[in-house]
Amino acid sequence: MMISAPSPLLQLRLPLWRSRMMLAIVFIGFGALAVRAAYLQVWHNDFLQQKGESRYSRTIEISAHRGKITDRNGEILASSTPVRSIWAIPDDVDRSVEKRRELARLLDMPLAELEKKLADEDREFVYLKRQLPPEQADRVAQLRMSGIFQQREYRRYYPAGEVAAHVLGFTGIDETGQEGIELAFQAELAGHAGSRQVIKDRRGNVIEDVASVRVPRDGRDLALSIDSKIQYLAYRELKNAVETHRAKAGGIVVMDVITGEVLALANLPVFNPNNRAHLTGAQLRNRVLTDTFEPGSTMKPFTVALAMELGMVKPTSMVQTAPGKLTIGSATISDAHPHGALSVTEVIQKSSNVGTAKLALAIDRQDMWDMLNRAGFGVVPRVQFPGAVAGRLRPSKGWRPIEQATMSYGYGLSASLLQLARAYTVFGRDGDVIDATFVKAAGPAFGSQVVHPEVAYAMRQMLELAAGPGGTAPRAQTMGYRVAGKTGTAHKQEGKGYAERKYRASFVGFAPVSAPRLVVAVMIDEPSAGRYFGGDVAAPVFSTVVGGALRILGVAPDAPMRPVVLPAEGAGVEESI
Amino acid sequence: MTRVNLVLLAVLVACALATVTSNHQARKLFMELERARAEQKRIDVEWGQLQLEQSTWAKHALIEGIATRSLAMRAPDARRLQFVNPAPAPAAAPPRQEVAK
Repeated sequence: MMISAPSPLLQLRLPLWRSRMMLAIVFIGFGALAVRAAYLQVWHNDFLQQKGESRYSRTIEISAHRGKITDRNGEILASSTPVRSIWAIPDDVDRSVEKRRELARLLDMPLAELEKKLADEDREFVYLKRQLPPEQADRVAQLRMSGIFQQREYRRYYPAGEVAAHVLGFTGIDETGQEGIELAFQAELAGHAGSRQVIKDRRGNVIEDVASVRVPRDGRDLALSIDSKIQYLAYRELKNAVETHRAKAGGIVVMDVITGEVLALANLPVFNPNNRAHLTGAQLRNRVLTDTFEPGSTMKPFTVALAMELGMVKPTSMVQTAPGKLTIGSATISDAHPHGALSVTEVIQKSSNVGTAKLALAIDRQDMWDMLNRAGFGVVPRVQFPGAVAGRLRPSKGWRPIEQATMSYGYGLSASLLQLARAYTVFGRDGDVIDATFVKAAGPAFGSQVVHPEVAYAMRQMLELAAGPGGTAPRAQTMGYRVAGKTGTAHKQEGKGYAERKYRASFVGFAPVSAPRLVVAVMIDEPSAGRYFGGDVAAPVFSTVVGGALRILGVAPDAPMRPVVLPAEGAGVEESI
Repeated sequence: MTRVNLVLLAVLVACALATVTSNHQARKLFMELERARAEQKRIDVEWGQLQLEQSTWAKHALIEGIATRSLAMRAPDARRLQFVNPAPAPAAAPPRQEVAK
């Protein structure tokens, strides 16, 4: 056994401080690490936390759904549904010709157009086709082409098409309202998108909710006052009338007298909200609300009602209208068909300009302005709809007698069809006027008084006669219901004067007379197929629409169910302009 | 003393395992919930599409066109209409009689 000699190195005696110092250095090293670790994890931990989270946590966008628009019975008028847009990074797109041809076929576009879109290789983002139905987009995805991507979007559909186009309006490609109800109720319908933070596992499944960053809110569904059956009826009849009389345009509005709800509103010309490729301003125009015109004879009931309100006349009082002309200053107003002495009732029934003007000249101009103003003329109607206009009613201080006289039968002031319909609720109700609404109402509306109830009742009788066999609009009668209303036939203003052969025919009325439920206002612009009187052109539309609408609403008939007797062609109806 | 420690250790291990299991369960359930939510969304979308389809097929113009053109239907005129009084007095109603023909 050999005992090895101890290493001389181990024999070496070193000073104690050296080992102490080593120990100290090692401890200082540990200490530094500990401080650093504490610094990173306790005092200044944002960076690491963020890095860690980015490995497993994701923020997910949650899109909000735009609210549906329904009619009063819950029928869908506008609804959004998911579609997909196809976009590309031109530089990355698969270059094989067969695949590109297949893609062009799926996107319904010629190959040349697709190539043109992909030509600019510097661009990072090119839309190839927007708003594709999901099935078509799935087929595009199945091509598995590189550089082609899809983006989820919503598209708004309007199943009623042009029938309710003007009421609803439409949205832009990014789903913001641009016209009509879509614009007026943008805030309620839109909602807002939200996002939430989640933890995802390796397979991409969401396994835990960390926090809701922003709670999404879907758009509120909106029930309109529109009744789609009545809307269709009104649109169809208006379209018939505009086509038959070769008119330039037309408008109709149906309003509930009790609640102020607009049950139908239609305009022509119209557009298809689902395909707005070629839109013109004329198609977009919502004439019922945004076009003002001189209403003509439909204004007469307001003059007569005011004369009665002031206690100046009674329905039986006589007014001398012979010889059918009245000269005020240098101007002369005349009746189209001269009458002799007429009772106030007959002034309305026969629509005498002279008679109305004579009544108006006895009224103080301030009183007349007050009354028209209270009935809503010259005031923007309080309605939640974009573009409603005030019309024109000049301050009474500047009125000359001839102006006051012409205003009494509807010239020299202007109003929209909606204003007229709203003003006629004075006669349909107990002398008060109510605001129109496009949203389904919970209950009856409260009006502001314009004339005494007795005056309104008397006017109902007169207007019923005007829409009867001896009046200006026998064609307004409808089977089963008593109707009342007033025709208007006005020369159209052109430049500074009145156009010789251009007319605007209108009819505003309500039914049933025993307990009025609906006001219907019809306007036909430039009927040019021979007939142009309101009683011939607009009144038949009123008749069909009001009769049909009352039956749809289930209003009990207040007249015998007999076919309406009309005077022979061209006989008996004398209407003034 | 050792025995107590061993028991505590066993309890601790059991607790730890239980925590792991329940966490796993929670995640599984959460995934199920997520799936159900996605399904709900999908069904919602489909419902909207079906509603749209229904309204498109139920368009008044379409129905009217089919009724008048293909089925030759028309609204009855006044002579053929008879309105039934909505609330007839009970006494006035004639007794029902079966008439054999």
